[in-house]
Amino acid sequence: MNAQANAHTRANAHQHSHTAPLLSIRDLAVQYRTRQGHVDAVRGVSFEVRAGEVTAVVGESGSGKTTVAQSVIGLLASNGSITAGSITLNERRLGTTELVGLPERRWRDLRGRCIGLIPQDPGNSLNPVQSIGKSISESLRIHGKPSRGEVQDRVHSLLEQVGIDNPIKRAKQHPHEFSGGMRQRVLIAAALANDPELIIADEPTSALDVTVQRTVLDLIDRLREETGTGVLFITHDLAVAADRADRVVVMRGGEVQESGAAAQVLAQPSSEYTKQLMADAPSFGKLVERETIEVAGGPGAGAVGAVSGASAASEAQLVEVTGLRQVFGRGADAFVAVDDVSFSIARGSTHALVGESGSGKTTTGRAVAGFSAPTAGAVRVGDAEVTSLRGAALREYRRTTQMVYQNPYGSLDPRLTIGQTLTEPLQNFRIGTRGERADRVAHALEVVALPPEFASRRPRELSGGQRQRVAIARALIVEPELVVLDEAVSALDVTVQAQILRLLARLQSELGLTYVFISHDLAVVRQIADTVTVLQGGKQVERGAAEAVFANPQHPYTQRLIEAIPGASLTSGHWEI
Amino acid sequence: MSGIDAAAAQAAEAARAEPTAQTVPTGARLNPRPRAWRSLLRPGILIPALVLLIALAWAVAPGLFTSVGPAETVGPALQAPSGEHWFGTDATGRDLYARVVYGASQSITAALLAVLVGLVFGSIIGVTAGAVGGRVDEALMRLVDVLLAIPTLLLSLSIVILLGFGTANAAIAVGVTSVAVFARLSRSQVVSVRASEFVEAAYGSGGTFFSVLWRHILPNSLTAVIALAALQLGSAILQISTLGFLGYGAPPPTPEWGLLIAEGRNYIATSWWITALPGLVVVLVVLASNRLSRAISDGGTA
Repeated sequence: MNAQANAHTRANAHQHSHTAPLLSIRDLAVQYRTRQGHVDAVRGVSFEVRAGEVTAVVGESGSGKTTVAQSVIGLLASNGSITAGSITLNERRLGTTELVGLPERRWRDLRGRCIGLIPQDPGNSLNPVQSIGKSISESLRIHGKPSRGEVQDRVHSLLEQVGIDNPIKRAKQHPHEFSGGMRQRVLIAAALANDPELIIADEPTSALDVTVQRTVLDLIDRLREETGTGVLFITHDLAVAADRADRVVVMRGGEVQESGAAAQVLAQPSSEYTKQLMADAPSFGKLVERETIEVAGGPGAGAVGAVSGASAASEAQLVEVTGLRQVFGRGADAFVAVDDVSFSIARGSTHALVGESGSGKTTTGRAVAGFSAPTAGAVRVGDAEVTSLRGAALREYRRTTQMVYQNPYGSLDPRLTIGQTLTEPLQNFRIGTRGERADRVAHALEVVALPPEFASRRPRELSGGQRQRVAIARALIVEPELVVLDEAVSALDVTVQAQILRLLARLQSELGLTYVFISHDLAVVRQIADTVTVLQGGKQVERGAAEAVFANPQHPYTQRLIEAIPGASLTSGHWEI
Repeated sequence: MSGIDAAAAQAAEAARAEPTAQTVPTGARLNPRPRAWRSLLRPGILIPALVLLIALAWAVAPGLFTSVGPAETVGPALQAPSGEHWFGTDATGRDLYARVVYGASQSITAALLAVLVGLVFGSIIGVTAGAVGGRVDEALMRLVDVLLAIPTLLLSLSIVILLGFGTANAAIAVGVTSVAVFARLSRSQVVSVRASEFVEAAYGSGGTFFSVLWRHILPNSLTAVIALAALQLGSAILQISTLGFLGYGAPPPTPEWGLLIAEGRNYIATSWWITALPGLVVVLVVLASNRLSRAISDGGTA
C-alpha cells in the first residue's frame, strides 16, 4: 500500500508538469495463481501512453503483453492479481486516478467512458443475437445517454465515422451479415462510443487479411488524429508496430526489454532480443539463405523419388497443374472455389500460392496433395495424374507427396506419443523392420532438430513450434518429393517462424524437396518462394518468378497486396532487403 | 511401447555424441501420474466409487455380507430395523437386508447387461454412421430417430412381452431403449473427430479407412461414450427396478430391488422401511454411478 501511495504522489507531481502522460504504468507486477504455484506474468513493467499517440507493446505469446492490457482495464483473469506497482490514468473529468486497487464500482464507471477496448477476434466479440446498433449503443446506455433518439443519432454517426455505408440500415443488421473487417470496424465504433481518452487495441488485426488489416489500422490512425485519444496497441507484429506506433515497448517473459521512440528502437535496437526480433521478422530481416533454383532438375534430384524415380528425373517440372476448377455444392448453391488455375513447379523449388482467405489457395493445395477431387482440370505430379488416383494408388501417391497443416495443435493425435505418430507412416507403407523404424524415428527427429527423447512424449508436452517440427518430421519420414505446406508457419511466433523457415530451407537443399507453400503472408513468401501464383476469389490473377512479381507486380490486386505488407515505413528508410 | 523406449534410449546416446543446436526445456515436463492418483482420492470420487464397489461386492459374493438366505423366514413379519435385522423384516418375516444384498446380483447384472446391449449396438450403429457418412448415415440415424420417438417405458414393456418375463429379458428390453442414445452420441463424437486435421494427416500417412478408424477415431471419441455408459448404469438400474415394480421383471420370490420396493408398498403406512430402505439403496447406487460418470467425462476433457 505504501508503494501505491508513493506512486500516487509521484503521479500527482507529474500532473502539475505540462507533459502529464495520459496513462502511466510504473513497476507493474502481476502474478497468477495456478496449481503449480504462483507465476509471475509481468515483472516491473513501466511505460507511458500520451494523448494522441500510439504506444505499441510488442512481444511473442507468453510475454505478458495482454496481461498488461488487462491490468489497465481492470479485467485480469480471476486468478491474477497486481502485486506491485501503479497504473495512473489522467482522466478528463476527475483528474489523475490510480487504477490499481480501484473498487469495481469505479471501474464500471471508467470502462467504456474513459477506456475503450478493441478486442482481438472480431469473429466472436459481437453478440450474434443483437443488432449491430444495439451492440454499439450498449456502453452509451450504460453511461447514461438520455434519450433514445440521441443514442440512435450517435450510433449512426459512429458507423459513418468508421466508414460503414448506409449506417441507418446497417445498424439494424446482425453480426453474421458483416465480414471480418466490417465487424472489426463495428467494434472500433463501440470502443469509441463515449469518446474515451484511451483505447486499448489488443491485437486488433491479427485475425484479418493483410489488405483488411491495412484499412483497419488506417482507420484507427485517422480516428486517433481526429479525436486525440491515446492508443495502447498490443501486437506480436513488429512490422505493424513500426508503421503505426510513436513509441514501442518490447516485452519478453514479463519484462520490458527495450522501450523508447519507435524510430529509434526499431532502427537502432540496443537489446539483443529486439535485434533478434528484427532479424526474425519476415518484413525486415533476411531470414533464409537460399539459392534461387534454376529450372534444370540438377543431378541429384531424382535420388529421393522412390516411386517415380528415374523416369521423372529427366523432367524438369515435378508438378503441373492445368485448368484446375473446383465447385462445391450443386445447382443454385454451387460455389466456385477455384476457377481455371494453372501453374507448374520445377523440381527442388518452392512455389507459393498467395491470396487472402477465400481465395482458393488451400483448395488448390489440397488438390495437389490428393485430398480433394477437383471438378475439372488436371494435376500431374511426377508420373502420376493425381485427379484420377483412387484407393491403393492414392495411398501409394502419398509416399511422394505429404502435407503439413497450419494448426500444430490439431494435426497431431493427442493420444499418441510422438514416436507412435512418426512410426505410423512407416507401418502403413511397410518401410523397414520393427527395429529399423525406431532408428528412422530418431533420425527424423534429428533432422528437424528435436532431441530423440521426444519420441516418448505426447503432443501436449510440446510447444507450438516443437509440434510443427514433429508435423514436418512426420511428412519427411516417408521421404517424399513434394511437400504441401498449408499456412505451416502462420500460427507461430516470429522467432519460431524464422526457425521453421530456416529449417525448411535447409531440408530443401539437403533432400532436394519441392514445396508448395500456401500463405497469406507476403513477407514470408518473399523470403522463401522461387515462383508465385497470386489467387483472388478462386481466380489466378498473376503468376511468375517471385522476384519479378514482388519487384514489378502487374495486376492491381497484387499491387494492393504488396502495398499492404506492414513495415514499409521502416524498410524504405533504413533497411535494405 | 518397448520398441519406442529402446529407440529413445539409443537415440539419447546419439544425441550426446552430436548435440543439437536447439534448446529444449526438459525440466518443465510434468509427470502426470501422481496427479491422476491424487485426483482419484478426492471425496467426490472416492465415496461414489466405494458405494459402487460395495454394491458390486454384494452382487459377486452376497454370502460374505449376510449369514441369512434371501428366502429364509427369520422371525415375525414386519419388524422395524434393529441390530439383528438391519433393514427389518418383510411381510413374510424374511430379513430385508439379506434380500437387498442378494438382490444386488439380480439388479446389477441386469443393469450391466442392459448397458452392454446399449453400448455395443449403439456404438456399432453410431460409429458406422459417423465413419461411413452419406446415405448409410442418413438411413441409420433415421432408424435411431424412430427408436427415440417411442416412449422408453412403452418400448421396454413391449419387448418384455415379446421376449417373455425374466431378469435377462428385462435387461435386454432396457438395453434396447438406450441404443438410440449411444448411437447419437458416438456418431457425433466420430463426426467431430473425423473432421480434425490429425485424422486427415493419418490418411496422408498412408492409412487405410479401417486403420485410421481403429487407431485415431475410436480412441479419441470413446471417452464420452464410456462416461455415458457409467451414467446409463444408474438409469438402467432404475428402469429395471421399474419393470420389476410393475411385475415385468423377475418373478416374486426373487429378491430383485424393484420387486422388493413393490412388495412393500402395501405396508407403507405402517412399515415404511420395507419400501424406503431398498429405495434408498437404489438411489445411492444411481447417484454414485452418476457422480462417477461426471468424473470420467471431466477427466476426458481435461
